[in-house]
Amino acid sequence: MQTKRSTYQNRWLPFFLLAPQLAITLVFFIWPASQAVKSSFERTDAFGFKTTFVGLENYARILADPSYLNALGRTAIFAISVTVLSMGMALLLAVCVNRVLKSAKFYTTLLVWPYAVAPVVAGVLWWFLFNPTIGLLPHLLDWFGISWNHRVSGSQAMILITIAAAWKQISYNFLFFLAGLQSVPHSLIEAAAIDGATPFKRFWTIVLPLLSPTTFFLLIININYVMFDTFGVIDATTGGGPGQATMTLVYKVYTDGVAGLNIGSSSAQSVMLMGIVIILTFIQFRYVERRVNY
Amino acid sequence: MVERRPFLNILTHLVLIAGVLIVAFPVYVAFIASTHEPSAFVRGVLPLTPGDNLLESYGQMLNAGWQVGGTPPVWLMLGNSLIMALTIAIGKISISILSAFAIVYFRFPFRMLAFWIIFITLMLPVEVRIIPTYAVVANLGMLNSYAGLTLPLIASATATFLFRQFFMTVPEELMEASRVDGAGPMKFFKDILLPVSITNIAALFVIMFIYGWVQYLWPLLVTTDEDFYTIVLGIKRLMASSDRVPAWNLIMATVTLAMLPPVLVVLFMQKLFVKGLTETEK
Repeated sequence: MQTKRSTYQNRWLPFFLLAPQLAITLVFFIWPASQAVKSSFERTDAFGFKTTFVGLENYARILADPSYLNALGRTAIFAISVTVLSMGMALLLAVCVNRVLKSAKFYTTLLVWPYAVAPVVAGVLWWFLFNPTIGLLPHLLDWFGISWNHRVSGSQAMILITIAAAWKQISYNFLFFLAGLQSVPHSLIEAAAIDGATPFKRFWTIVLPLLSPTTFFLLIININYVMFDTFGVIDATTGGGPGQATMTLVYKVYTDGVAGLNIGSSSAQSVMLMGIVIILTFIQFRYVERRVNY
Repeated sequence: MVERRPFLNILTHLVLIAGVLIVAFPVYVAFIASTHEPSAFVRGVLPLTPGDNLLESYGQMLNAGWQVGGTPPVWLMLGNSLIMALTIAIGKISISILSAFAIVYFRFPFRMLAFWIIFITLMLPVEVRIIPTYAVVANLGMLNSYAGLTLPLIASATATFLFRQFFMTVPEELMEASRVDGAGPMKFFKDILLPVSITNIAALFVIMFIYGWVQYLWPLLVTTDEDFYTIVLGIKRLMASSDRVPAWNLIMATVTLAMLPPVLVVLFMQKLFVKGLTETEK
């Protein structure tokens, strides 16, 4: 890793400058993470008196536990639905904003603000709209003969959190897609137009392929968002229920560890999550480097 | 535009208007609900036009809170959120800019190690280290305190990377010139590097302020004392009581007040916000 061509020679100063960040990182990040790894190999008895080393037993147990595997599958479905929904909407809106020249800034302003809405609040807003007794949407759905009650139906609860989580993420995806679209060279579009390609054909054959780095980047970011930041959405709306229909991996770490006080299992689940984040981070960084070369 | 296509242009605007409406609709409904009297919600479906109870709803939540819902006055919670968001934003920027300065402008032993330790924080979001971090904070006696609320969220690899990236583009001549003039490293940092980084600092500040404001899981764990509730946490408490007493006007007034500050920050500092967002995530 580079420094400047010429650097300062002080011996102690750099350590003082780094000290605050390193101290916080060690105390609140590295130490707790190592504790999580340690207790994932241990079991504490019911009264918290004795802790014994049990090797991989916690891992074996969660991997054999149907409720963990279900949470894994549900998290995958949740992640895919939110990502597809919010990226699809965002791409559509970004393409439209990129077409209107005069009012682009106006529409952008009206589309970006949900980024600042807390996930919990996003959850509450949609929960209110879908509220089975006074919500607007259940009344609308009633006309179509659909009876909505996300407190009873697991799949409806899943739809609720998917919509709430996707709604909040549209603004983020939109900004990145718009930036990507604006960097598509205009000459390419014009050349294709002269060759008689319709706007839709130009989009499919030129714009979309050129957007693929942005799309891939957003894919990783969105999966990360759904896995971790949607805790608030779920906690405010369904609380993991009904049954365990909206229990994602992160929510399960929380319920097992904080509410259930099953530290060993919760830690093993935390370590598995760390593994997932590490994989996502490496994919992201490898890819970012490639984009820089490209 | 490449060619004239009036029909497509109209379609574009229609899609955009629909998009804007879909995005705004939930917030509109929440705001409308906050302007009605509690009795409006007993009669079945929600009204779509404003009521006349706006001042009462907001006044009560801001000044008195809602005892049944178990929340202190909203002013207090807004204050806590503001303290939390500002501390996190300022803290993240201060410690990151110092460490980026050290990493770029000095050569010293263990430089790579320091860089990797900072890098690792990227892979350890609060959600994967909930219980042990809670234990650390509890052992340090920081439950129900602003320090406990903010310190565990303050280390930021992204901010450090951003400043490192930016410092690498600062011309070498600036440092060499200041050195010829006899200025030491801290004087160079204060008088030259900080002023040229100001736009980056501001852009990052907007992003980090929002990050701090929307935090939920961590305040949920470390605060049990009402005096330290943040507004986002307060909403959850209100929700929990909504099954017993559906005072939707009060809940939605709180929701509206919770959204307002960070949304205003985005709207009024849109340029900095976009810059901060697109640069921190690269």
